[in-house]
Amino acid sequence: MESFIIQILNGLDKGSAYALIALGLTLIFGTLGVVNFAHGALFMIGAFCAVTLGRLLTLSHEVLDPSRTDFLGNPAMVKVPYIYDIFGPELGATIIDWTVPLSILFAIPVMILVGVVMERGLIRHFYKRPHADQILVTFGLAIVLQEIIKAFYGANPIPTPAPQAFTGSFDFGVLLGFDPFTVIYPYWRLIYFVFSVVIIAAVFAFLQFTTFGMVVRAGMADRETVGLLGINIDRRFTLMFGLAAAVAGLAGAMYTPINSPNYHMGMDFLVLSFVVVVVGGMGSLPGAVLAGFLLGILQSFASMSAVIETIPGINQVVIYLVAIIILLTRPRGLMGRKGVMED
Amino acid sequence: MLGLNRKDGVLFLIVVVMVIFAPFILNPFPSDSSLAQFNAGYPDLMQRFLIFGIFAVGFNILFGLTGYLSFGHAAFLGAGSYAGVWMFKLLGMNVLYAITASVLVAGLFALFIGFISLRRSGIYFSILTLAFAQMSYALAYSVLTPITNGETGLQLSQNDPRILEGASAADGSLPVPSLFGLETRATHTLDLGAWSFDFNAGYYICGVIMILAFYLSIRIFRSPFGMMLRAVKSNQQRMNYTGLNPRPYTLAAFVISGMFAGLAGGLMVSMDPLAGAERMLWTRSGEVVLMTILGGAGTLIGPVLGAGFIKYFENIFSRINDQVLHQWFAFLPDGFENAMVFLVHPFVGKGWHLTLGILFMLVVIFLPGGLVEGGQRIGRLFRRKKKTDQAAGTAQGQNTPAE
Repeated sequence: MESFIIQILNGLDKGSAYALIALGLTLIFGTLGVVNFAHGALFMIGAFCAVTLGRLLTLSHEVLDPSRTDFLGNPAMVKVPYIYDIFGPELGATIIDWTVPLSILFAIPVMILVGVVMERGLIRHFYKRPHADQILVTFGLAIVLQEIIKAFYGANPIPTPAPQAFTGSFDFGVLLGFDPFTVIYPYWRLIYFVFSVVIIAAVFAFLQFTTFGMVVRAGMADRETVGLLGINIDRRFTLMFGLAAAVAGLAGAMYTPINSPNYHMGMDFLVLSFVVVVVGGMGSLPGAVLAGFLLGILQSFASMSAVIETIPGINQVVIYLVAIIILLTRPRGLMGRKGVMED
Repeated sequence: MLGLNRKDGVLFLIVVVMVIFAPFILNPFPSDSSLAQFNAGYPDLMQRFLIFGIFAVGFNILFGLTGYLSFGHAAFLGAGSYAGVWMFKLLGMNVLYAITASVLVAGLFALFIGFISLRRSGIYFSILTLAFAQMSYALAYSVLTPITNGETGLQLSQNDPRILEGASAADGSLPVPSLFGLETRATHTLDLGAWSFDFNAGYYICGVIMILAFYLSIRIFRSPFGMMLRAVKSNQQRMNYTGLNPRPYTLAAFVISGMFAGLAGGLMVSMDPLAGAERMLWTRSGEVVLMTILGGAGTLIGPVLGAGFIKYFENIFSRINDQVLHQWFAFLPDGFENAMVFLVHPFVGKGWHLTLGILFMLVVIFLPGGLVEGGQRIGRLFRRKKKTDQAAGTAQGQNTPAE
């Protein structure tokens, strides 16, 4: 029973990342009808937003510290981040410690900007071209973005720790009445899960309860009619692209303490997120979220040692296997609408 | 000639001549000059031109003709490689065993994957092939280790049975792939003044096979079968209504292109008997997509051009380092020189993929027909002048009597 719960918990954080990326992919596909192979790159850029913010905050200048000496006995030069000068050392240190959560604020405007520029500058010209062309151009864009990041940040993973307060683990089992230390779970992963649930809820609420969201939903159903009513649907769809980019970026920024960001993390997640979208049903937002969590948990169950012993290698292929079965038996996916991209 | 019309015959002849004289054509600079780094005439690279040419030609039969975009072709390359190495281990070091086995294995593998994947079209097909390729990669890396030797990659060893050739050499060295005794690594170097040219046996083996593969692809393009595949691309529904089932045709195209990929894999291990799982990674499948699109999908010569282009610049660009750049811009004043080097630096050396990505995007955006279309446009630019002159002339000729 304990191991059962552990596997579910382990699946949740990966599932959250899948769900967030797949949500953005589905938003873009549902609104603009574009298959965005560069979405993984957006996830990666979000992660590097956190890295960049960390570097910006620790920008420092050197001062003489009279209380310390170096090995020659001269007064030592100490690096002091500028942020200490502005907020004082204590608050400054706290801010640096909280880089990753703060990067949310930094990543939102950056990612919306990236998304809007991407849509207006490139993808807009591909609405009328075949899906294959869209796949190809976004695939090319993904390569370019990832290589740019590699040129600036190098090829090695960059460790980005969570705040000190969240480094420990949470004894989850005690809550459920098990023995202590049987079900423990890192705080940050728990936070990541809660964070992703909040983001998903926010996106759904935005679409469901605001006028803007209502217009977007109407546009998803029938773009032409909405346009005929005198609404500039293109501009709203552009903003939705920005929003989808921001969702992917936030998923990436908060994921950094779990997995140190490197330049090809986007590609690694992209393939799986596509599978998630397909399993959930192309164009269905709840389907994408559901499939994200389900596949995350499924993957984590498949990597239990008992399962691997019975079916070796299943942990590597289970997601693809599910995708193949779903595509062949129920092409519209778990929650896809009838007739949407079913052939 | 050979059942080709005049235009195709000329194209085919050009390719044959290029393949035969490539060691000369690709080595235009004297070997001790500063431009020698742009020479591409060494055996390893020339073999890669041909092998990836075969790979891309095969991919083009599927994507160029039917429009089905497969993102999993590397799986067949990998399967072919493994089959080839196993033949070396089990039967003997003749490359014919390896090539035959790799084509057959890749064909069977493609038949299986294609049978399932082709039930869907469009993006779903792309994702299905991607999923299968990633699955093969993951399995080759982990569970199938007895067959694939996992992370290390499949290699030859001393105690392989090699039943057709008996025990391995007494001095303990590993045997070398050969064609009836002609070792693929045998190279004859010809020195002509300041130039030196390498003639490699493996290269010419690849060359003959590549020419055969290219010929086959021309015949497929011009056959009624090729016409059917084009029909699948242009309008599958209408094809259905005419009472034709597109599935067998697309499946045949998929298997053929898978066999080409397997052939490329078999040749790869014939040149260097080592097969690793990373050959199946989906970025490898992406590479062949890049080659085909860059050269021109759906054209005969496009994929070959694209493969050559990418492999050439991959080698040349990645060899340009900061030192070379400083040499190039040495004529500029110091500040400018450093600025130029700084600007160019991200695009060369290790940044070659960035250049490739940008180039690929530009091609997809502005030149959907690839390099071939670019060539045609330039050709038309020169020809148009004459034509407009003529057109003006005839227009005038017609106008005068009416007046």
